[in-house]
Formats: sequence, structure tokens, C-alpha cells
Amino acid sequence: MSSVQQVLPLESPIHAGGARRPRGYFHLQGSDTAWAIAFVIPYAAVFAAFIAYPVLFGLWLGSRPAIYPVLFSDPHYIDTVVNTLLFIGIGVNVKMFLAFLISGYFMRRDWWRRTLLVVFLLPWALPALSAFLSMHYMLVSQWGLLDTLWSTVTGTDGPLFLVSRSTAMASNIVAYIWKWLPFWTLIFLSARMAIPREIYEAAAIDGASALQQTVHVTFPLMANVYLVSTLLSTVWTLGDFPTVYFVTSGAPARSTNVLATYSFHQTFTYARPELGAAAMISALPLVIPVVILLIRRLHRSGVQL
Amino acid sequence: MTDRSTDAADMSHVADASDRTVRRGRAQRVAFGIAGAVFSVVLLIWTLLPVYNMLLIALDDEGDEFNGNLLPENPSLGSFRAVWNQDHWYLEHFWHQFGNSIFLGLATMVLTVIIGSLASFAIGRMRLRRGRLIGDVALLTYILPTSILIIPYTHIMHVYGLADSLWAVIAAYVAFATPYAILILHQYGKLLPMEFDECARIDGASPVQIYLRIYLPLMTPALAAVGVYALLLAWNDYHYQFMLLSTTRNMTVAAAIDQFFDSDEAPWNYMMAVALVYCLPPIAIYYGLRRFASFERMRS
Repeated sequence: MSSVQQVLPLESPIHAGGARRPRGYFHLQGSDTAWAIAFVIPYAAVFAAFIAYPVLFGLWLGSRPAIYPVLFSDPHYIDTVVNTLLFIGIGVNVKMFLAFLISGYFMRRDWWRRTLLVVFLLPWALPALSAFLSMHYMLVSQWGLLDTLWSTVTGTDGPLFLVSRSTAMASNIVAYIWKWLPFWTLIFLSARMAIPREIYEAAAIDGASALQQTVHVTFPLMANVYLVSTLLSTVWTLGDFPTVYFVTSGAPARSTNVLATYSFHQTFTYARPELGAAAMISALPLVIPVVILLIRRLHRSGVQL
Repeated sequence: MTDRSTDAADMSHVADASDRTVRRGRAQRVAFGIAGAVFSVVLLIWTLLPVYNMLLIALDDEGDEFNGNLLPENPSLGSFRAVWNQDHWYLEHFWHQFGNSIFLGLATMVLTVIIGSLASFAIGRMRLRRGRLIGDVALLTYILPTSILIIPYTHIMHVYGLADSLWAVIAAYVAFATPYAILILHQYGKLLPMEFDECARIDGASPVQIYLRIYLPLMTPALAAVGVYALLLAWNDYHYQFMLLSTTRNMTVAAAIDQFFDSDEAPWNYMMAVALVYCLPPIAIYYGLRRFASFERMRS
């Protein structure tokens, strides 16, 4: 995701149930149509200049077929694709499942949980820049906070997280989960709150245990929100740049880059913008089906426009 | 906290009849309580560790090495003082850059609210034909990860003559924030009866008057939410800022911190102090907002 969008889900479009359109509105006449068009023009202009044109320009940059053999034969690119799939596959799914569980924990509103929720939201409120910088310095050397903690607790030297590819990639994923877990927990928390309590009461009277209630009541009713959130998060995470850029910076030896950082380095560090654009375009076979599925789901589940 | 337990254990007393089940329920409750307490502590440490690390580094007086301590040795506010007084060549323009960040956030907020509300008024209230299309385009833009546009952006900003200009970043953020604004304003606008507009029309009000006198005042809560969204988007993103701004005087704080990160000899404690100071406005906004516009109240 681009961190950009996950800022404030005060009222997320994900589960905004659409009120029905009132009937019997009257149609626009001459001058009113002109006004309506005039009202839309600023948005249309912004969209054309700063979304449509850059998208087309990016596609044009990566449109030369000869560039793709070069890209695919770059061993760093192969590493990058594997990393991106791990980052999205593990990061998004673990995050979503944890968010689902933790949102259940926060359903009870006693003072302690209220307080904890306030603290728990902190990673989401922090700018990604500050948070991931801090993570970087926790991991970067044997005197970082994590290694210090490790040696205090176990008495042995801690692992050097950024020296091996697997621990470095795991650090990226954990950092990513840390940053975005609160956001999705809030989404699931509000979805849980929308489930009528009577259903749980009925289930309890019928003798359903807590686990049974979760499996047979909560989960089916939240399945749609869960699916839409996972798909949305998958697309957003593909564009996630700050996590890897700051936490490991691709270390060790450019082996932990994801597509976003890889194409960034191709473009700006090695001055090969066409390779950078091609790397991003190579993700389209994954993105397009997810986006189509997502838009269908969103339309069906009541986001009407 | 130990006697509190999960919903289910609490509810199970509805079905409980015999004494034995009650006793078993109590044992279960204690177990749930302990598990809950352990879970809370883990969650607390998990959440606060990176924040604590920032403080630890910022409070350390020597910025060029880690001392491997869990608690700050001789904690000092020296690095915060240095930031305040702009006491290092990396911090030379700190307050100017802070002003740039604020300007960036506010300009993004204002433009997003204006452009988004005009568009959602036209498609939602004036029923512009094919308004649906605009909504779909907005939804598609909202879904796409915006950071993939960074490569074309550096080029097109030259074309537009906006290289190294704050307005380039503002334009980018407005373009990214308006889709969400339109979606939210459109949803919220559906809650307002169309009769308001129709009555005003019959009384001879022009579309502009309806927009200014009826639509905007009634939409205030949604406009505020959208405005804060845009403000935080501009503040919390840094990717576009450090890519599109190149001279220190035009930089925002976010772009400037990246300079620290890129350099080998930059003092880490100053960098962490800047990072912490940079966190304060969004934290204040999030938590200030939770008090009166928190999600649970929005629902009720």
C-alpha cells in the first residue's frame, strides 16, 4: 500500500453500506448542466494532469518489449519478485489474521482495554518515516536495542538481523505488520461492532462455546469485510516503499528489495527509468485481477456511486 | 482485570445451571484473565518498543555510536535543544522546513476539500449525467497504490515547470486524496434529503448558492473528516516530498530527515529528535480527533 492511503479510516468506503438513492429527482436543464460540468472540471483537471498522464507516461516508459529480457535476466529482479511475494503473502495475511483476533480482544470495553487500544493505535498515528527509521536502528548493529535486549535476556550475542537475507526479510515483514496492524484492527473492530449482539446471545443460549461463536457467527458475518480488506491491502502493499527502504534498505547486498524499492533504485540510483517502469509494469498480471475482483466486491457490497 | 473475561465466558452463565459448571466456569475465567493480562503486556511491549528506541537514541548525548544500553546513560535533552536552535548544519533550516511541512499539509487539505466537495456536489446533488463514471474513476484511483507513480512524476513535474516546488507535492497529494474525499462525501451526502435542494431551487436559488448555503454547511462533519484525512496524508507520506524537492530551503521536514539517513556521519540522536518532533502533530490530531469523531461515535 502506499502508506499514503491508509491514513484515516474514519468512515472507510470498504464497508460503507449505501443508502438507496432517493427517487423522483428532476433532471438537469440547460444552464444547470453547465454548472454541474463546471463543478467537476477541477477534479477532472487534477485527475488528467496528475493521475492519467503519469500513468500513461509510466506505461510508455516501460513499453519497449526489448527491455523485458534485460529485466528478467537480472538476478536481483528474480530475488525482488520472490521477496515481494513473501512480503505480500506473509505480511498481508498474518497482519489480517492478527487484526481479526485482536479486534475480538478489544470488543470488551473495560477501562484497561480502552487504554490499551489508545496505546495500540500509536504505530498507525506515527509517520512511517519516523517509525521505520527507529526500526532500522534497532536492527542495524549488535548495539541496537533488539540485540541488547537479546543479550540481556539470554546472555548470548543476538543475531545480526541485517546480515542474512532471511532475518532481514523477516524484519521487513514484522516492521510492516507493526505499522499497519492497528489500522486493520480498527476496520475489523468496527465491523464486529456492526454485528447485532442478539445473534451471540442466541448462539450462547443454544450452547455455543466462544470458539464456536467465532467460527460460526463472527467469521461468516465478517467474511466479506475480511476478503475486501485483504485484497485492498494486497494491492496497496505492492506499492509499499518506506518499509523496505528504511528498515533494511535492501541489505544485505540488495537481496531484500521489493518491487517498489527495486524500481526506485533502477530509476534513480542506476538511472535506468525504463527498467524501473518495466519492473512495476511486470506486476500488472497480479494487480489487474485483484483490482477487478475488488471493484466487483465493492460494488456488490454496497459502495454505490 | 483477572475477573473480567471474554464475552463468551461472561455469556455462558445464561446457560449455566448446575453448581459444577459454575465452578468450572470460574476456573476458566481466571485462566482467561491471566491469558488476557499476558496478552496485554505483550501487545504493549510490541507497540512501544520502537517508540522507546527513538527516545533512547534521542536522549543520548553522543550521536555517533550506540552504547548498547537498555536505559539511557546520562539522559540529556541536548539533541532536542540542538533541533530547537538549529544547531547543526543538517538542522540549519529546520523551522523553515517545519513551516513548509505545515504549508504543504494545509494547502493539501484546503484544495482537497474544495475540489472534492465540488465534484461530489455535482455528481451526487446535481445528478450530472455519467456522474457514476467519475465515482468509478475515483474508486479505481483510491485502490491503486499511489507510490507506483513516482517514476513518471519526477519527469512530468519538469514538464509542468514544477521541479523542486512545494506545489508539485501539493498537486500530487491533492490528486491522491480527492478520490477518497469524493467517495466519503458522496456517501455522506446521500444522508441529506434532496428536498432541501429542491425547495431552494423552487425559491430560485442557483446551483452555486445551493452549494455554498446548503450543501457546505450541512456537510461540515464529513468535510472536516476529509480535510483531516488529506492533512495527515500530506504529513505522513514522505516519498513524494523527498523525490520532488531537492534544495534544502524548499524541503519539508520529511525530505530533510532523509538527508540524515543518506549520510554516514549524520548524528543519529539529532535525527531521532527530529523524527520524534515530526511525530507530534499527527499524534495530537489522531488522539484529539478520537475524542469527538472516533469511529464508534460515527457509527452510533
